Amino acid sequence: MNHLPLIIKREYFTKVRNKSFIIMTFLSPLIMIGLVLLVAYLSQINNNDVKTISILDESGLVKGFFEDSETKKYHILDNVTLENAKTISAEKEYYGLLHIEQFSDLESLSKHISFYSEESPSQSLISSLESTIAKELTNIKMKRDNIDLQKIENSKITVTVNQENFNGEKTSKVDGYTKIAIGVATGYLLFMFIIIYGNMIMRSVIEEKTSRIIEVIISSVKPVQLMLGKIIGTSLAGVTQFTIWVIVGGALMFILPLVLGIDMSQMQTPQQQMVEQAMAGQNGSIEVQDILLAIQSLPLVNLIIAFLLFFISGYLLYSSLYAAIGAAVDNETDTQQFMMPIIMPLILAVYVGGFTVIEDPHGTVSTIFSFIPFTSPVVMLMRIPFGVPIWQQIVSLLILIGTFTFTVWFAAKIYRVGILMYGKKPSYKELIKWIKY
Amino acid sequence: MSNLLETHSVSKKFGDFTALNNASITVPEGSIFGLLGPNGAGKTTLIRIINQITMPDTGHVLLDGQPLQPHHIKDIGYLPEERGLYKSMKVGEQALYLAQLKGMQKAEAKKRLLQWFERLEIGDWWNKKIQELSKGMAQKIQFVVTVLHEPKLLIFDEPFSGFDPINANIIKDEILRLKNEGATVIFSTHRMESVEELCDHIALINKSNKILEGKLTDIKRQYKTNTYEVGLNANNHNIVEQALADKFSISKAHFKTIGDELKLNIKLSKEESANNLLQYLTTQGQVSHFVELIPSANDIFIQTIKNN
Repeated sequence: MNHLPLIIKREYFTKVRNKSFIIMTFLSPLIMIGLVLLVAYLSQINNNDVKTISILDESGLVKGFFEDSETKKYHILDNVTLENAKTISAEKEYYGLLHIEQFSDLESLSKHISFYSEESPSQSLISSLESTIAKELTNIKMKRDNIDLQKIENSKITVTVNQENFNGEKTSKVDGYTKIAIGVATGYLLFMFIIIYGNMIMRSVIEEKTSRIIEVIISSVKPVQLMLGKIIGTSLAGVTQFTIWVIVGGALMFILPLVLGIDMSQMQTPQQQMVEQAMAGQNGSIEVQDILLAIQSLPLVNLIIAFLLFFISGYLLYSSLYAAIGAAVDNETDTQQFMMPIIMPLILAVYVGGFTVIEDPHGTVSTIFSFIPFTSPVVMLMRIPFGVPIWQQIVSLLILIGTFTFTVWFAAKIYRVGILMYGKKPSYKELIKWIKY
Repeated sequence: MSNLLETHSVSKKFGDFTALNNASITVPEGSIFGLLGPNGAGKTTLIRIINQITMPDTGHVLLDGQPLQPHHIKDIGYLPEERGLYKSMKVGEQALYLAQLKGMQKAEAKKRLLQWFERLEIGDWWNKKIQELSKGMAQKIQFVVTVLHEPKLLIFDEPFSGFDPINANIIKDEILRLKNEGATVIFSTHRMESVEELCDHIALINKSNKILEGKLTDIKRQYKTNTYEVGLNANNHNIVEQALADKFSISKAHFKTIGDELKLNIKLSKEESANNLLQYLTTQGQVSHFVELIPSANDIFIQTIKNN
């Protein structure tokens, strides 16, 4: 008798109707979006805060070149001593005082520039001051050495390397970043999915053990069926939850800023700005069109099929192990010792994916890790946007399927024996023995 | 009477530990079969093999003359000793689920469940969650779920644990009713008084070996020692006791009466008959008590395990 649909249905509906599941499903996006908006709001406040900086330029060389901006105002002090300047700055609650000493020699002058402030200044402010002064001093030095600035300006050449693969398809930096984004997103998605729903499966197995219903159930169904039903039912609940998260999250992302009047474009971290600057190069900012083009140029069919296959196989591989752990122990606190060997390869996969693959998607390390079954789902998913030969994908997938067939079999063995074992926490040695029962 | 269940030389090892060694039992159709034995003797292993939860290393099991097959699970109802229900699921929903796992159609299962709930007067529990019920109440649900699909073979492992005497009686009556309707029952317990009351066949398992099996009455006949419990009112107890000791093997007996008569256990040899003893006793005094000592299931249990 095939009870699989019945078991899947029960697992699914028990999960989905569970109060904490429902609360988590609708609260998580709220909390996430709330946090994002909070950060946006706070950085907005931060930016609105105008810093006034007083400048005491005894050399008189650069004081004319500081331009006020939305966040910074400069106040030039003349004919005062350093001590007085400090007092004035402190009294007027200026953010800081920039002091440039008098030297005729530019080399010496450049070594005698100081910044005084109440609290330690932000690094970005210091570098902006440094670059302004450096630029002006360089110009002055060049003038003194009779170098024609105009000539230098004219002789500057900017370079943009056109990227094209051997098949004649054009690529660009935008392409590269889109690939990284998609690869990292799919890899992390699988990672998160395994961690969240693997744990859920494990808890559900432990619950059946502690409530002692397990023996009643397996007098009606084969343990393997029960295990697969659990994995599939829980995963479907997971897919449901993820879908709701995406929909609710997307809607909130769209609606809330309108309601609260927060400008999301203000919310950019320094890293993002750097990436954008790097991407934009000399040609101005990137356009949405470029990204769409980049996405279109990806091997989309391959990407989607591979995503589904690797996601499902990788998830089955890990979730069967989670089920086995649940069967082997009596309560959640005992799971720790068995969790390590599962989490380690997962974290390794994400690290390899996050660093090595981005650096060199077809390098030796990336390639090897995209074949090792415990890391291949994550690493391969990250590599595929960069174009992986089909034969590699197939070989990796076959290895993965072979391994998950084995782990499902192995987990079923552990499961079959473990669910009827109560009382003591088993050791690895005992688990191996169970396989022979 | 044919046999509903036969196990033939069933053995099971867990690593180096032998849980069951060549166990053969025969359960006649329509009987209540007591599966007895101390803790850890191998009863649960045998029951799990019958339920196809564990596979035997050697030997085979016949149900209704056929080797066990996956479809047989719907012919068996099993109430394990370690039992429970999903705590956060509603009673009705859960009972329906478990019935469907036994291969019942949903509509049919619901109809029968409502009948059972009505008879046991638990109808208003349908929408309650198990965690809202007491342990005894949950046990009742569990019992109903076990028997709902009207299996040929019912296996109860300590069915009365967790029940108060009133509910235990209700369950006992239900078991007897199911038996009268044609079900065969395997009954594993440590409570010898319920064995005495319900079982007509027993098997005794000790240290993974079956050491005794048969009709309870036959076994009792086999284990009785031809000993009679006697109460006698005589003028002089000592003289009478001395006279009896010369003729028979006697020992002091302990039973409750309202007088202070001489109380003895008298063991007869095979040649001697109870009638002769009684005739002799009447010559010695007034006989107030004369009973053949039949070993109880408890006595047989303890004696066999000790001798083994």
